[in-house]
Amino acid sequence: MRTWFPYPLLSIALLLIWLLLNQSVAPGTFVMGTILATGLGWVTLKLSPVRSHPRRILLTLRFGFAVALDIIRSNLAVIAVILRGRRRPPSSGFLTVDLDIDDENALALLACILTATPGTAWLEYDRRRKSLLFHVLDMENERVWIDTVKRYEAALKEIFG
Amino acid sequence: MSHLTDLPVWAAILVCGLTLLGAAITLIGSVGLLRFTSFYERLHAPTLATSGGVILICAASIICFAVLQSRWVFHEILIIVFVLVTTPVTLMLLGQAALYRDRVKEKRGVPLKQRPPREEPTE
Repeated sequence: MRTWFPYPLLSIALLLIWLLLNQSVAPGTFVMGTILATGLGWVTLKLSPVRSHPRRILLTLRFGFAVALDIIRSNLAVIAVILRGRRRPPSSGFLTVDLDIDDENALALLACILTATPGTAWLEYDRRRKSLLFHVLDMENERVWIDTVKRYEAALKEIFG
Repeated sequence: MSHLTDLPVWAAILVCGLTLLGAAITLIGSVGLLRFTSFYERLHAPTLATSGGVILICAASIICFAVLQSRWVFHEILIIVFVLVTTPVTLMLLGQAALYRDRVKEKRGVPLKQRPPREEPTE
């Protein structure tokens, strides 16, 4: 099984993407998708990415939901900051947080979430000190941002633990 | 485009609302890109378009074509996923490049590179 599908989750995801792109579940599409998914799985083997084992599907779903809510909330906050305009320019600034995540994929996910959220942008992660430098648009509640990152960190640690 | 008139009223209102809202969010993001003053602040504006804007417009598209063809249409979800996954990578690269440049120019207000933990002097 492992020789045919070195990365089962990746292969399944690729197959799903192929089916969605073609918008059909006809046998021909399915066969082509399976061939592609297997082949690309082997190609990925050559890249030898770091393996990690996300567990607890329910927890992952709940985390995704929380992130979606946060993204909506910070969308509204950033819209408010922009529309406020020049009368009150945003008080942006840099923040540093010490992280305790070892899993590379968890770090990558955290980076994507932080940058995809309007209002926070991931800038630099110091591997040796395990500290993260990120930029925040609205510094008025500095504590809230650090707490948010800490909350994500705890959730990711639990998922990738 | 004449088949768009086949859209029932409730769907038309929903699709219009979502499209306008998504377009408005994207516009506000672009205005932000203009209004903000520093590069780091400008990093935040385009994510407005790539999170809120894309999701709302794609949702409108899903509803519109699902109602018109009376079947489930899902491949817009791929657009959302790809945009959400790829934009942060570009923004992170840009942010790191800006940080590097500002440090080299020794611009004020930019955090310095953290020094490695100092070792005890042996003398």
